[in-house]
Amino acid sequence: MKLLQPESLPEALAMLAEQPEAIPIAGGTDLLVVWPTRPAEHDRCYVDLSGVPELKGVRWTDGQLALGALATYWDVIRDARATRELPLLGRAARQVGAIQIQARGTWAGNIANASPAADGVPVLMAYDAVVVLDSAHGREAVPLSDFYQGYKRMRRRSDQLVVEIRIPLPRTPYRVQWFEKVGSRRAQAIAKVGLAVVRGEQGWRVVAASMAPTVRRCPAIERRLAGSTPLRSPDDLLPAIEQDVAPIDDIRSTAHYRRRVMARVLYYGLQAT
Amino acid sequence: MTDNQFRTPHSTFRTTFTLNGTPITLAVDPAERLLDTLRYRLGLTGTKEGCGEGECGACTVYLNGLPVVSCLVPIYQVRGARVETVESLDPATLEPLRRSGATQCGACTPGVVMTARWIDAHRELLHSHTVRELMAGNLCRCTGYDGIIDGIAAGLEGRP
Amino acid sequence: MQRLEGLAKLTGRERYVDDLPLEEGEFLWGATVRSPAPRGRITAVRFAPDVDWSQFTIVDHRDIPGPNFVALIERDQPVLAADCVRHVQEPVLLLAHPDRMSLRRAVAAVTIEVALEPPIFDFRAVPKLEQIQYGSDNVLKHLSITKGDVERALAAAPIVVEGTYETGAQEHVYLEPQGMLASVEGDVVVLRGSMQCPYYVLKALLAPLDRDEARLRVIQTPTGGGFGGKEEYPSTIALHAALLALKSGQPVKIIYDRGEDMAATTKRHPSLVRHRTGVTADGRLLAQDIAVVMDGGAYVTLSPVVLSRGIIHAAGPYACDHVRIDGRAMFTNAVPFGAFRGFGAPQTHFANERHMDRIAARLNLDPAELRRRNLLRDGQTTATGQVINDGTDRVAVLERALTLADYHAKRAAHPRFNRSESTRRRGIGLATFHHGAGFTGGGEVALASRLHVAGLPDGRVEVRSANIEMGQGTLTVFTLLASERLGLEPGDVVIAAADTARVPNSGPTVASRTSMVVGHMVEIACDALRIRLGLDATARGEAVRTAIRRWHRAHPNATLLAEGAYQRPPGIAWDDATYSGDAYGTYAWGAYVAEVEVDLRTYDTRVLDFVAVQEIGKVLHETLARGQVQGGVAQALGWALLEECRWQDGAMANAQLTNYIIPTSDDLPPIRVAFLENPYPFGAQGAKGLGELPMDGPAPAVLNAIAAATGADPCIIPLTQERLMEIVERGMRNAEFHGEAQ
Repeated sequence: MKLLQPESLPEALAMLAEQPEAIPIAGGTDLLVVWPTRPAEHDRCYVDLSGVPELKGVRWTDGQLALGALATYWDVIRDARATRELPLLGRAARQVGAIQIQARGTWAGNIANASPAADGVPVLMAYDAVVVLDSAHGREAVPLSDFYQGYKRMRRRSDQLVVEIRIPLPRTPYRVQWFEKVGSRRAQAIAKVGLAVVRGEQGWRVVAASMAPTVRRCPAIERRLAGSTPLRSPDDLLPAIEQDVAPIDDIRSTAHYRRRVMARVLYYGLQAT
Repeated sequence: MTDNQFRTPHSTFRTTFTLNGTPITLAVDPAERLLDTLRYRLGLTGTKEGCGEGECGACTVYLNGLPVVSCLVPIYQVRGARVETVESLDPATLEPLRRSGATQCGACTPGVVMTARWIDAHRELLHSHTVRELMAGNLCRCTGYDGIIDGIAAGLEGRP
Repeated sequence: MQRLEGLAKLTGRERYVDDLPLEEGEFLWGATVRSPAPRGRITAVRFAPDVDWSQFTIVDHRDIPGPNFVALIERDQPVLAADCVRHVQEPVLLLAHPDRMSLRRAVAAVTIEVALEPPIFDFRAVPKLEQIQYGSDNVLKHLSITKGDVERALAAAPIVVEGTYETGAQEHVYLEPQGMLASVEGDVVVLRGSMQCPYYVLKALLAPLDRDEARLRVIQTPTGGGFGGKEEYPSTIALHAALLALKSGQPVKIIYDRGEDMAATTKRHPSLVRHRTGVTADGRLLAQDIAVVMDGGAYVTLSPVVLSRGIIHAAGPYACDHVRIDGRAMFTNAVPFGAFRGFGAPQTHFANERHMDRIAARLNLDPAELRRRNLLRDGQTTATGQVINDGTDRVAVLERALTLADYHAKRAAHPRFNRSESTRRRGIGLATFHHGAGFTGGGEVALASRLHVAGLPDGRVEVRSANIEMGQGTLTVFTLLASERLGLEPGDVVIAAADTARVPNSGPTVASRTSMVVGHMVEIACDALRIRLGLDATARGEAVRTAIRRWHRAHPNATLLAEGAYQRPPGIAWDDATYSGDAYGTYAWGAYVAEVEVDLRTYDTRVLDFVAVQEIGKVLHETLARGQVQGGVAQALGWALLEECRWQDGAMANAQLTNYIIPTSDDLPPIRVAFLENPYPFGAQGAKGLGELPMDGPAPAVLNAIAAATGADPCIIPLTQERLMEIVERGMRNAEFHGEAQ
C-alpha cells in the first residue's frame, strides 16, 4: 500500500496531479467495507485527506451553506441552523447506516463514491447543490445534477478533488420539501428507492435514487407536477416515471417493486403537503 | 505482481494518538484497521469483530468522543486523535445493563455498551432521537433488544 | 442471582477464541480453499506461480491420517473433498501462514478446476436421472406418521381446506463467527473454540486423525451465540485446524470471515408443506393430511432428525383422530442445511398455523375460537398417539395471550382504522403451538448422558458437564440448581469449563435439553453427593460444606465425585418402527399474538405489538427466561419478514450483513412476555425446555396479522415487501420466490 498524507490542500492537489491513480480517502467507510475480503485494494495508492484543514467544516455564508469535503453526516445533524433551514439534509443523514457511520461518513465521499443508491446525494441534488472541484490546474464548480454521466462515472478528472459542496439558500422558503428512503428495514438499510422532493421559487426538484444507474433528477415528473392536471392516483405518475428512471432487478429488490413504490410514495407524499 | 505482496506485516508506519486517556506511539502496518491494531497489536480484545463490514457495531469505540465502528477506521487516520475502548468504562456504571439482561452470549455486548454509555452521556439527543434509533447500529441476535433498551432506560431514569 | 458471567461480558473481559492471547510468530492463521462449482470431478488444483508457496502449510485430503469423513449421522461428508465436489463452498484445501492478509491473498491464488456435472437445486422438483446423487431418488430420509384413517375421514368431511406453505432458509448470524484453535501439546491434539457440543467434536476427530480419546482434547471457549449453527459445523473446522496444526507443527487458528461463515456453513432447512384438512362446519378438525418436504442440501448432516421433529410437530397442539404426515428430506447441491433453533418445528408450525387461519376464514370463525375448539384437552392424543395428560390448561394459555394483547378489542377496532386510512392497514393475528424438549423418542436414552458434581477440598462443589454457555444462561442456571439443591450460596458452586479431559459426556447443548434434562441430572448428582458423604436427604448448607471438607481430610489427594446420569421418565414409550407413541417426555405450550401495521405504499410491515405467552413448567430464572423468549421472537420475526437467502448455484449470494437483513433495535416493538407454570416432575425444579419454543410462534402469528390487515393470503416466508406486494396486487395465494440468479 502506498499512503500519502498531505497536510494542506495545495499539497493534496499536487499529489493528485503527480499520481493520477491515487485514491482520495475522507471517512473511509466505503473503502474499508471491502478491506478484509479484497486484498488487491491493499496494493493501491491512497491520499489521506483527514489531515487537510481546508477541507474541514460546515460554513454558513451569505446565501449558502458550504460543506467541506470532510464534513460528516453527524456534523450536519448537529447543526441547528441546518435543521431549521435545510431540514432534508438532517433527515437524509439520520437514515445513513446508523450513528457509527454518520459519525464518519462524509457528504463528499458519498458523492464521489457515485453509488446509484447514495443516501446524501438525492437531497443535495434536490437543493441544487454545486460540487466544487479543485486541482493543481484550477477550480471549477459543477451542479450536482450534471455531475454523473453514467454508472459510477462522474465529471471528475483523476487529478481533481471534491473540496466543497455548496448549497444555495432559497430567498423565499421552500413550499414543499420531503425525503423518503425505502429500505428493507428502518435503519442501516441500503435504499431500494430514495426520493427527495423540493418545490421552491425555481420550481420542482424531484430526485430519485436506486432507480437508475445514477442518482438523477426526474424532469418528466417535474414537468408533470408543474402542469395543471391534478394527480388522481399513483398510476398517473407511471408514464413520467417510465421516462425518467430505469429500475432493475438486483440483489436488493425488483424493478416492478421499485416502479410501483416510487409512484405510490411520490403520490402520497405530495398529497400530504 | 509486486514483491510486497506476501510479506508479513511491515510495521513501518509510526502513529501517535491517545488511547483510553494515555498517549501512545506505535509502529503499525498502515493497512491495519483500528480494530486490528487494538485487538492484535495491543491485545485489547474487549472490542470484537462481528462482521468486518461496519454493519453489526460489535467493534464500536469512541473516536474523538463519537461512537464509530473501528473496522472501518484506517489506523493512519487516528494520529492525534482520542480513542476510547470498552476497557476504559467504569464497570459500576454498567449495573443497570447487568440487571436488565442486556447481555446473553456477549459477542455484541462491548459494542452495545459503548453506544449505550455514549447515549447516557448525551441525553439531549433524546429530544430528537429515540433510544432504539440510536442503538440501531448495534446488532444483537440473542436478546431481541428488550434487555438492552430496558437497561438503558433504567440508567437514564437513575434506577439500578 | 445475576448472570454469572454478565459483568465479564459487559466489560469485554470475556475471552472468546479469537481473544486468546497468542504471541505473534508462535501461531499460524488457517484458511480454507473452497469449491467454485456445485457438482463435479476435481480435475486440477493450480497454485499461482508468483507466490512463494514454501511459506505456507498446505493440506489436502491426502494429509488425513485416517478415513476422510466427518462423523455425524452418516459418513457421507468428507473432511476435505477428494475426487469430487457436491456443493459450492465445499472445503478442498487448507492453507496456513503467520500473516492473515498474506493468507487471504494465497487463498485467492489457488484455483480448483472442476469438470461440471448436472447439479440439482430445486428440492421440490422430481430429479432427472442424471441429477440423482443419493440413493435411487435423492431422498435423504423419508418418515411418516399415521393415525386413524385419513383418506376415509377426508372423504366424509363436510368441508376440506387445502393449502401450500413455503419457508426459506435462515442464516444463524451468531455475532461471534465460527472459530477454532488447534495445538499439539505433548502427544495430545487440543482444540479450543466456539462450539455447542465438545463431545461431538471429540468423536469427529477420532477416525480421521487416527487417534483415540486419550490423545485428543476438546475445550469449549466462551461461545458468542450458536442457535444450532455451532452444533455440528465445528467438527469440520476442528478437523481442519487440527490437520494444519499437525502438519505445520505450530498452533493454528481458523476464524471465519463473516461472509465466509454465511456462505459456507449450515442454515435452516427450507421447506414446502401441503395441507389437506377436513373440518366440520363448526370448526372441529376431522382429518389432517400433511406432506412435508425439506431441502437437506448436499450432505445428510442432521436432516433425518430435523425432518423427524418437523413432522412430529406438524399437526400442531390439536386434537384430531385422523392424521397422516409424510415427510421427505431431499438431496440437492446446495450448501448443506443443518441445525437451527426449532429444528424443523418452526417450519411445520408455520404451515399449520397459517392453515388454521385459512380454515377459520373459510368457516367465518374467529381464529382464536377455532384454536379454542381444537386445542388438546387432557386425555386426548397427539398425531403420534401420545396421550397428553399433563394438567396444563392450554385454553388458559391462549386466553392469557388474548387478554394481554387486547385481541378482541383491537380486532374490532382495526376495520374502522383501515377504512379511514388511505395507506395504512392494521391487523392482529395469533398462533398456538407446542414444542417437545429433549431428544425425540429414545434419543435421550441413546445419548446415555452423565455428569459429575465434585466436592472440592475447600467445601465448594464443582459441576462438571459438557453442556456449554452460549448466552442462554447455562452457567447461571446450573449454579442456581446446585446451590438450591444443596442449600449452598451461589459462590460455593463452581462450573467447570467444558473440557473433555475433565468433564463427562452429558450430551450436546441442543434440543432445549440443557436446563430441563441436564439440569435435572445436576440435581440427581447433588443428591448422590449427599449419599456419598453419608448425609441424609435434608442436609443443606454448612452441613454439606463441612462434610465435604471432612471427607477430603480423610482422603487426601483423592477426588470426591458424585454422578448424575440420565434416567428415562417412567411411562414413556416410543416405537421407531411405526413412528408412534410418546415422542417427548413433555411439551411446552405457547400462544403468541402479533399486531401489525402494513404500509400500502411500500408493503413494509411494522410489528406494533407482540405478546408471547407460554407454559414452561417452571421459570428457573425470570430474566434469563424472558431473554430467551424475546431473543427467539426477534429471530423468528426476522425469519418471517426480513431474512432472505439469495441463491447462486446453491450457495448464498448475499453473504454480507449489508444484504442479509436481520432486525435492528428499531425494527422491533417491546416484546411482552408472560409465563404460566405447571411443573414437569422430571425437569430440573419442574422446568420444561424453553430455548426453541419461541421460534415456533412468531412467523405464523405475524403473517396471520398481515392477512387480517390486508385481506391477502400470504403463505410464504420471508414475506418481504416485494413478495407481499405481489401477493396483494395479484391476489395470488403463493408468489414465486424471487428466484435464483443463474
